[in-house]
Amino acid sequence: MIREFAGADVVYLLLAARWTVALALIAMLGGGLLGLVIAALRIVPFRPANWLALLYINLIQGTPLLGQLFVFFFGLPLIGIQVDAWTAAAISLSLYAAAFFGEIWRGALQSVSPRQWEAGASLGLTYGQRLFYVVLPQALRVAVAPTVGFLVQLVKNTSLTALIGFVELTRAGQIISGATFAPLRVYLVVAAVYFVLCFSLSQMSRRLERRLHAAR
Amino acid sequence: MNYNFRFEILLRYQDEIISGVLLTLQLSVLTMILGLLIGLCVAIASNHPARSLNVPARIYVEAIRNTPLLVQLFIVFFGLPSLGIRLSADLAAVIALSINMGAYAAEILRAGFESVRRSQIEAGRSLGLTAAQTFRHVVLFQAMKAIYPALASQFVLIMLATCVVSSIGVTELFHQAAFIDSRTYRSFEAYTLITLSYLLLTLAFRALFAAIYWLVFVRRPAR
Repeated sequence: MIREFAGADVVYLLLAARWTVALALIAMLGGGLLGLVIAALRIVPFRPANWLALLYINLIQGTPLLGQLFVFFFGLPLIGIQVDAWTAAAISLSLYAAAFFGEIWRGALQSVSPRQWEAGASLGLTYGQRLFYVVLPQALRVAVAPTVGFLVQLVKNTSLTALIGFVELTRAGQIISGATFAPLRVYLVVAAVYFVLCFSLSQMSRRLERRLHAAR
Repeated sequence: MNYNFRFEILLRYQDEIISGVLLTLQLSVLTMILGLLIGLCVAIASNHPARSLNVPARIYVEAIRNTPLLVQLFIVFFGLPSLGIRLSADLAAVIALSINMGAYAAEILRAGFESVRRSQIEAGRSLGLTAAQTFRHVVLFQAMKAIYPALASQFVLIMLATCVVSSIGVTELFHQAAFIDSRTYRSFEAYTLITLSYLLLTLAFRALFAAIYWLVFVRRPAR
């Protein structure tokens, strides 16, 4: 039954965008926590830990996210974890985000001059005090803008989960396009919703960069 | 957990895998070249003082960079036929990928041109070079060296991104995983093998780009 592409369909697309946002938030949270671990492993003065983190980053950044999604979608059931598309998507996007967050935050930590560590030490601060009062405040300032910038990538990449059948914005677009035979209008609306989400993040990242840069 | 992994079954499909790799390489190289050309035009347009040139260029860059490649691909392949433009899957893939790459390349190139110091341009002009000559002999080489690493990693990213075109039926490498899966029911093995194949492609491209960097910018730095 072919019907017109109507206002109700736009509402359906907007409701589906909730899942896009939810998935991006979960990946941000999961990826953020694991990313902290990756960043820490990259900078601790213990070689095997550095190599492990580097291996992880190269594996994730050297393979397509779509492949990672399929490997988890088909692989987790083999080790006895029954997954729906939602779980597979959340796990693989978190692992993906962790590799990028890890690199962003390592770069931010290392952008703080070693002199700052030395200065802290000469004032008699402990390692923890040097980290929390001297280095982290400066590193955070560097890290905020690229972190928000990466969220744009994350939101866009949730669209790939449509291909393992997770009903988010892009998959909802496919469904409505199939029902109304108006693919051009449907996908333009889908693109517009992504644009609103991502453009506001990009602008936020740009503004943060300008403000934090000017404050230095 | 008593699944028997049988990766050896995949060896029977080496012809499909090789043809998939070749198509992925063709797509990637074509996209890199076309995307760079689009990016160069857009970068020049977005730095141009005429508003009729720089506004559309900036809209293009923001629109592409803030929407997913998959949706762009669907608009080109499924959407354009409503306007009477019918494209084969291969052509739609090349067009969507190049348009996507063009926006990223434009941003990288623009940043590169801006990174060349104004005094360099003024020096060129004061030697009597025209604006075009200054661009070609003074700005271009310095800008290229500054942006080469970013451009190279963008090339690798677009190579990895080509796998989304399998969703419109282009028989590149990732599509072969679905094909092998449909023949053998060995989904995990097929997708793992193909995903790791991309890792080899990534490493090969990175090595190639590092070699080009060394040849062009390190071995003969003075120009």
